[in-house]
Amino acid sequence: MSASRIVALAAALVLGACATQPEPRGTGDLGLVVERADGKLLRVENSHNTALGEIGGLGDLSHASMVFSRDERYAYVFGRDGGLTKVDLLEGRIVRRVMQAGNSIGGAISQTGRLVAVANYVPGGIRVFDADTLDLVADIPAVGPDGKRSKVVGIADLPGERFIYSLFDAGEIDIADLSDPKAPKVRRFTNIGREPYDGLVTEDGHWYVAGLFGEDGLALLDLWNPQAGVRRILDHYGRGERRLPVYKMPHMRGWAVAGDEVWLPAVGHHEILVIDKRTWTEKTRIPVAGQPVFVVARPDGRQVWVNFALPDYDKVQVIDVPSKRVVETLHPGKAVLDIGFTPKGEQVWLSARDSDWVSIYGTATLKEVARLPAHRPSGIFFTDRAHRMGM
Amino acid sequence: MSPSRYGLLVGGLALFALVAPPGRAAEPSPARQARLAEIVAEDCGACHGMTRKGGLGPPLLTKNLAGYDDRTLATVILDGRPDTPMPPWRGLLSDDDALWIARYLKGETDVR
Repeated sequence: MSASRIVALAAALVLGACATQPEPRGTGDLGLVVERADGKLLRVENSHNTALGEIGGLGDLSHASMVFSRDERYAYVFGRDGGLTKVDLLEGRIVRRVMQAGNSIGGAISQTGRLVAVANYVPGGIRVFDADTLDLVADIPAVGPDGKRSKVVGIADLPGERFIYSLFDAGEIDIADLSDPKAPKVRRFTNIGREPYDGLVTEDGHWYVAGLFGEDGLALLDLWNPQAGVRRILDHYGRGERRLPVYKMPHMRGWAVAGDEVWLPAVGHHEILVIDKRTWTEKTRIPVAGQPVFVVARPDGRQVWVNFALPDYDKVQVIDVPSKRVVETLHPGKAVLDIGFTPKGEQVWLSARDSDWVSIYGTATLKEVARLPAHRPSGIFFTDRAHRMGM
Repeated sequence: MSPSRYGLLVGGLALFALVAPPGRAAEPSPARQARLAEIVAEDCGACHGMTRKGGLGPPLLTKNLAGYDDRTLATVILDGRPDTPMPPWRGLLSDDDALWIARYLKGETDVR
């Protein structure tokens, strides 16, 4: 070791001993749990399952979601009230916050990490921001063929500084190309079906799927061959069967892609649909304990975990992917709202809102290993999402 | 409100006066009210916003609901709105629950 390195090391040790400087650490095991009733985020880490502190002042966090910067240091939090907040995970504080719309539903971060896009209900459209400064880069209204503004749902990033999203009221899928941020180009796919309520991009960036609320079935776009247009799949899955009241819209970002199969919630049915990803046809259905909300594959794709809409939201079911059998019904607490796997999936965090805790299970043992107090927790977001397309 | 709706409402009120003991006998218990307020915030809030400013569903602020009577609102809550994502809550909520929520949304009552 050179003399200068030794001096530097000694200086670092002295600094460390003063305890004024926190030990440098990475952020790969950090995450945020939404405490929406208080407009707060609980900062957590999943190496030792501990809470590191709370961050307040985030406004209305109902249905809040977030994406992460590619260095996994910052979270961009999308609030229901139109707030976009940049949070420093290392320092546990808000860096910047802008009120960018009246009512928003989610967002996405671009491939380079330079652009953050927010999907808005009011005014219907997307707004794109500089990831460093949160300065507005582009304002792209979502206007249907009837000339009316439409609520935007199901936004996700695509390669090449593009964002894809669905227009709930207009029944349309749009792709905004921001490779030249000053001159965004929008490609529109109209008549894709009634009331797309959410959408997802498969992690390979090959497919976009929008779930339809206003009719049975899904809208599918081959992103490697977009000129072929949007096609409808599974448009018979609920036909002739009584659809149950849907007390909570299923979420698609959690939709599981496990091997050659896509697992998704059947709207208004106590079932999960398993789709063959090569043909986009139904392979089988799995009866479950309620109406599924999140259907999430363990990162290795060997298990799928499911939570439910009320009144069945005190249960979580675990399904073995190869045999398609429910292997366990867990009761992690009251009102389980989200499912968050650790990066390699040895544990899973489950937020139990009405129990005021996050329950952590081992995914091999299916036993609870820890419980973290949290005030009415909802969404759970770990930083490994930073490097996954569509997350 | 249409005359026939009005007539129904008056009839309903008269019936209520006949069968209900004095006071707000149909008022949900304090514990149930607390639970209903929670349902409004969390479950209605999923679509209408926790602060009721709207979302996938329309806003439910006091000013948005001022023109509707309790029974109409309760009916929407219990039966939902066809061809929209608003589900029927009958089965999870009783008639008294829905009427209490209607008044609560209009700012006419609060958790006791």
